[in-house]
Amino acid sequence: MADRPRIKLPKEASKGEIIQVKTLVSHVMESGQRKDAQGKTVPRKIINRFACEFNGKPVFACALEPAISANPYIQFNARIEEEGTFKFAWTDDDGAVITAEEKIALKA
Amino acid sequence: MQSRYIGLVVAVTAAVLSGAGASGQEAERKGIPAPPGHVFKTIFSGYEFRTKETRALQDDDLENPGFLAIERAADLWAKVEGSEGKSCASCHGEAEKSMKGVGAAMPKWDDKLDRPVNLEQRINLCRSEHMKAEPWAFKSQQLTDMTTFVRNQSRGMPVTIRTDGPMSPWFDKGKAIYYTRYGQLDLACASCHEKKFGKFMRADLLSQGQSNGFPTYRLRDQRVIPLHERIEGCMFDIRAQPFKPLSDEFLALEVYLAWRGIGLPVETPSVRN
Repeated sequence: MADRPRIKLPKEASKGEIIQVKTLVSHVMESGQRKDAQGKTVPRKIINRFACEFNGKPVFACALEPAISANPYIQFNARIEEEGTFKFAWTDDDGAVITAEEKIALKA
Repeated sequence: MQSRYIGLVVAVTAAVLSGAGASGQEAERKGIPAPPGHVFKTIFSGYEFRTKETRALQDDDLENPGFLAIERAADLWAKVEGSEGKSCASCHGEAEKSMKGVGAAMPKWDDKLDRPVNLEQRINLCRSEHMKAEPWAFKSQQLTDMTTFVRNQSRGMPVTIRTDGPMSPWFDKGKAIYYTRYGQLDLACASCHEKKFGKFMRADLLSQGQSNGFPTYRLRDQRVIPLHERIEGCMFDIRAQPFKPLSDEFLALEVYLAWRGIGLPVETPSVRN
């Protein structure tokens, strides 16, 4: 059962156009503040970094903190100058990285 | 009146006027006219009682976290499980076609079992009888995901429910439960959801308690919640001993709740508090 990140961006854009990129990833984002039924603290486990690059160049990155709820939704804009591939990476506290990619073409 | 009290009077007046705006939203709520003989005049979906930010979450298919469950279930739909070597897709093909309308008319009367069967039960019946696979536990992620996925295929279609014939005693039982007071707090479903919808219970804005959006992504739990888990929670909240999920009582209540929301569009996966 793959938990794929959900990504939405236009299939094509004009050169120089600013597009909106929307991402949603499935993750528990355990803050480390909650206690379980026995009173033990549920350990922190969050995605602490999101990074996006386009054709190898960084476009957008952010550090996430424990206050962000589960299934984080991140949205940003990007200016398209050439066609290529967006690569997304979500980094978990334990070092695991969830990745995804989406292509975009230039309008003729 | 001393001039030093003017400021206080102005502040209180302003507070009273702006406070009226909160429940004044009532005038803007969009409902559907109830059929004749129904308990309500206008039926409102839970959607109408949420803030515009919550509604925006539900309205955008990418932002709606319920779709994470639907994506997982779409994979499960095609997954072969059980000794018969079948997946859901083996018999049902493409869910978009075969499951359209199914979730809008649940629970359905089953002649063989001589009882109503809801969507979770139907999924498990298919698994155990046709796939010879292990049925999924109630509240398990797989069962909730699959229920959400199947009901999502009916999104936008009006809720319908059969209440006559063999379903009639179940409808009556559900209705009796709806109006019975339970628990230490001695409240019935109707106490809040019929008498006081649109008003606040402490910080919670009470809805009509409709089931058209279930399974729903609850912001409180940060996951998709099936209907019986929610009504079990309601009974827990009034400090009653809840009936068990998938019990006869909750099945009867589900039949009755579907009738109370008849005509509302299926909103699965909705986003609620």
